[in-house]
Amino acid sequence: MRRQSAVVGIGQTKYKRARDDLSLEGLVREAAHRAVEDAGITLADVDAFVIGKAPDALEGVMMPELSLADALGAIGKPIHRVHTAGSVGAATAISGSIMIESGRYDRVLVLCYEKQSEGNATWALSGGRSGGQGAGGTFAPWIRSYIQRSGAPEHIGWKVAVKDRRHALRNPNAHLRIDDISIEKVKESPMLWDPLHFLESCPSSDGAAAIVLGNEEVATKGPNPPAWVVAHAKRSELSSFPGRDTVKPQAGIDCARALFEEAGITRPLEQIDCAELYVPFSWYEPMWLEGHEITPGGDGWKLTDSGATELGGSFPINPSGGVLSSNPIGASGLIRCLEAANQVRGTAGDYQVDGARVALGHAYGGAAQYFAMWIVSSERQPTF
Amino acid sequence: MAMDRPVAVVAVAQTPSYRRYDDGEPVLIMTCVNDLLARTGLARDEIGFTVAGSCDYLSGMPFAFVQNLDGMGAWPPIYESHVEMDAAWALAEAYLRLQLGDVDVALVVGSGKSSPGRPREVFSLQTDPYLMAPLGIDPPSLAGLQARTLVDAGTATERDFAEVVARSRRAALDNPNAQVKQEVSVDDLLAAPYFAAPLRAHDLPPISDGAAALIVAAGDRAAELAQRPAWVHGLDHRIESHHPGLRDLTASPSTALAAEHAGVHDGPIDVAEVMACFSPEELVLRAALGLDDGATEVNPSGGPLAGNPMMATGLVRVIEVAQRIFDGEAGRGVAHASSGPCLQQNLVCVLTGERTMSAERA
Repeated sequence: MRRQSAVVGIGQTKYKRARDDLSLEGLVREAAHRAVEDAGITLADVDAFVIGKAPDALEGVMMPELSLADALGAIGKPIHRVHTAGSVGAATAISGSIMIESGRYDRVLVLCYEKQSEGNATWALSGGRSGGQGAGGTFAPWIRSYIQRSGAPEHIGWKVAVKDRRHALRNPNAHLRIDDISIEKVKESPMLWDPLHFLESCPSSDGAAAIVLGNEEVATKGPNPPAWVVAHAKRSELSSFPGRDTVKPQAGIDCARALFEEAGITRPLEQIDCAELYVPFSWYEPMWLEGHEITPGGDGWKLTDSGATELGGSFPINPSGGVLSSNPIGASGLIRCLEAANQVRGTAGDYQVDGARVALGHAYGGAAQYFAMWIVSSERQPTF
Repeated sequence: MAMDRPVAVVAVAQTPSYRRYDDGEPVLIMTCVNDLLARTGLARDEIGFTVAGSCDYLSGMPFAFVQNLDGMGAWPPIYESHVEMDAAWALAEAYLRLQLGDVDVALVVGSGKSSPGRPREVFSLQTDPYLMAPLGIDPPSLAGLQARTLVDAGTATERDFAEVVARSRRAALDNPNAQVKQEVSVDDLLAAPYFAAPLRAHDLPPISDGAAALIVAAGDRAAELAQRPAWVHGLDHRIESHHPGLRDLTASPSTALAAEHAGVHDGPIDVAEVMACFSPEELVLRAALGLDDGATEVNPSGGPLAGNPMMATGLVRVIEVAQRIFDGEAGRGVAHASSGPCLQQNLVCVLTGERTMSAERA
């Protein structure tokens, strides 16, 4: 009874510190138009819309689906709004996929955005209180704990920061383009939240991303190859309680296990060709490799250190440049999911992973307590 | 397109609408969730999917919904989602999720505390996406414009508005969860001063804190969990333009469209619970839903004019209809939820005591 959905169109804006050339409406239209054009349809052909973004307070527009409905051509149609903290982009993609899989809709436009230049992101990320610690301040102690637990050398974080910025130089949409990025430059950048240096942290970006999801019929008739949604999973847990493992949260383990089981993946490192992981701070690459049991515990940093996660390596992570290079928060999770789709569609341009057949898109949010992931493939039902 | 799996509301819970509830929103939620678990005998791990609706801006704190996980008891980890909308839209997501076949039981939660802020100022943030500042028109002022439009068109009178209020407050006398309840005459109401002419203060909803939750289940599982489940015959939602000047405020075409797709007209409607937060909206909604005034009881709970726990208000409409189907008081009913000024976005859900295949027409 379950239908299958596929990504049939992808649209992204150029990510920048401030897209002051565009209104909120203009920003979302730029992504939406590119997505429907890629799908070979128009906005009039879309049956239903799903919008995802982080807190409304980032821009100061409450329930923005109400005002964006006109800009998206959604008048007279269903429009749905998801908010699951940092994981929201991936959660919104999954909500859209469910709308197709339910059989209720044939074509769904999923759109996520953030226009962070309109507000103060660190204020919002501190729960709207002044003097808050922000996201980096929340994660730094857990990163320190990971380093102690795993015995990872301190250069691992620098290495991820350099790798993702080098990848970003291949991505025309990327916000940060640091031509002379180097280990020295990263480690000499100011210490923000020990052990995180400035260049080990994500930027604050404006941008929007959109995908068109279609059912089997739409997917097979589109002008461009589809990325089939093979599996998706979400898990959430409480933010804090005594004994909570904040370095390797149970929800992250459960989510990955559910995802891999649904996809038929038993050896993720071999069976997945590349991954777009939500890595807003450098150390989260090895932390999620272990936290999602892609590598055995204690081996995540070794994979990073080996160079395997670089473009050209055996398990490329964030070939698009990742969250470390572009971070319109509410869209960042959708960008992971659509960049995974780009890889299996063969539409990733200069950051294409050769022969990518199966890719992982991932996001997390809150106090590392919300997880949303999907597996996409060039094949409708890939076997391993 | 018809849905594959029949889905039903099998248990409902709500807190009273409080003018001010001093404990946290998660406590309101926990009260409802524990109530549902007790009623159904379900263990937490039997709930396959949870989806909540709430609003950061009402709480005055970005990521306010995160702490609501505490009220849902998200440990061990749960499969969960959240809409920044009235929880009636969370029900819409749960309804679609249950169609996939691998999840049979879902929990839907709505919660909101309007008391900490001034809703008039907070909701003006919906209407100014240009300067991104609280400079937009506030909901009571827009509702006043809508009321004036109805009066000018000859569609309704101020007495009609007062009659809606008097009936709602009287109906609420039987509702233990209602906040505003009294026996009051239409003439006494009409003697009150204007608030946003032609609206008087009683034409506005109260400021409320509260939560509501329900369990939906698919197929045979629903029949196991309730003696008389309230089956979802159809559920649809549609939006209109953001610009009030581009809309005919005397009508609600998005409600009419959603009603058609949800199958409102497939049979008689015994009861309707509509999210008319301002009294004139009830008149607009009766017409848009095509209700027969003689056959359909409208807002027997007292409706949002008697209690308005924002973000749960729409879900409460579903709950009030489902309860009447559980009790055998109604055979078939319609619940309506709304978002945005002057009924900009509308959701319609048809519930029935008869197990039938769902009937959406895409």
